[in-house]
Amino acid sequence: MHRTATTDAVRRATREGVGVVVATSAYGLSFGALSIASGLDLWQTMALSLLMFSGGSQFAFIGVIASGGGIAGVASAAMLGLRNALYGMSMRRVVAPAPALLPLAAHVTIDESTAVALAQDEPRAQRAGFWVTGIGIYLGWNVATLAGALLGDLLGDPRQWGLDAAAAAAFVGLLWPRLRARQAVAVAAASAVVAASLLPVLPAGMPVIVAALVGVVVGLTNWLGPRHESALPDPGGPDHRQGDHA
Amino acid sequence: MTVWHLVLLAAIAVLGIKLLGYAVPPRLFDSPRPRRTLELLTVSLLAGLVAVQTLGGADGIALDARIPAVAVAAGLFAVRAPFIVAVAAAAATAALLRALAGLA
Repeated sequence: MHRTATTDAVRRATREGVGVVVATSAYGLSFGALSIASGLDLWQTMALSLLMFSGGSQFAFIGVIASGGGIAGVASAAMLGLRNALYGMSMRRVVAPAPALLPLAAHVTIDESTAVALAQDEPRAQRAGFWVTGIGIYLGWNVATLAGALLGDLLGDPRQWGLDAAAAAAFVGLLWPRLRARQAVAVAAASAVVAASLLPVLPAGMPVIVAALVGVVVGLTNWLGPRHESALPDPGGPDHRQGDHA
Repeated sequence: MTVWHLVLLAAIAVLGIKLLGYAVPPRLFDSPRPRRTLELLTVSLLAGLVAVQTLGGADGIALDARIPAVAVAAGLFAVRAPFIVAVAAAAATAALLRALAGLA
């Protein structure tokens, strides 16, 4: 019986992973098209998806570059990527990759692979969920980026197609699943106000970096926060909710 | 710095951070405060990016078709619409308002 239960759990994790792969890869299309609209060429766009491979950081980078901020784009991408280090710390224990596979495991450690792995109860199912989701999204995301970039090349003026609004909406989508607690909502509202009011005074890219201080200060002081909280990482990425009810 | 330099620098930084996660002792971040701070930093950055992408213009702030478009997307995310659907709806809203209603 034990073996059957484990096999079932692995199968369930795989199925869940595939669902998340399809949903997440699809929005690689919007990344590819928006990256071209931001002024990057096809190869620069592909380099981001192949080498950076972290949706939030990639969207942040092209957003800041499009507005004319250079090194601030690098800083925004890096700061948004910091949460992946947190995921790595728990995935190292959960996935326990062989030394040769460690760089690959690290590269596919993102919101979605972490969320699917942590949603499983058994170690084998956790590993299966992690690898299926991570490798699957890596392949799907890059194919979709290429398709989106080729499409973006044909579109011409991005504003005519509302692609500037699509970029803003993409960040709303990345933010939304993280707004479950009152503290997060307050931080989001305050950060948006800070960034918007600094737009006319600071050079491109800097308002976002200054606004990020709101999160750091509230995080360190736990202002408006709950007294007791879990020490588990919460990879509240866009697919966490799909993982929840898949 | 050229765009290529920035692309490679940012990619190396993000990839390096991922590798770092597997290299540092887990105990370093095993308490609520660093976890909470990292999570709220992410929220803060994303919210700042929403504001800048919705309102940013050549001379600071520009109010245009992006605002109703983002409102449509937020409404769709609130009812758990898939990411790509909400993003496409935002693009369509802005494109239609510009083509038909003459919004900026």
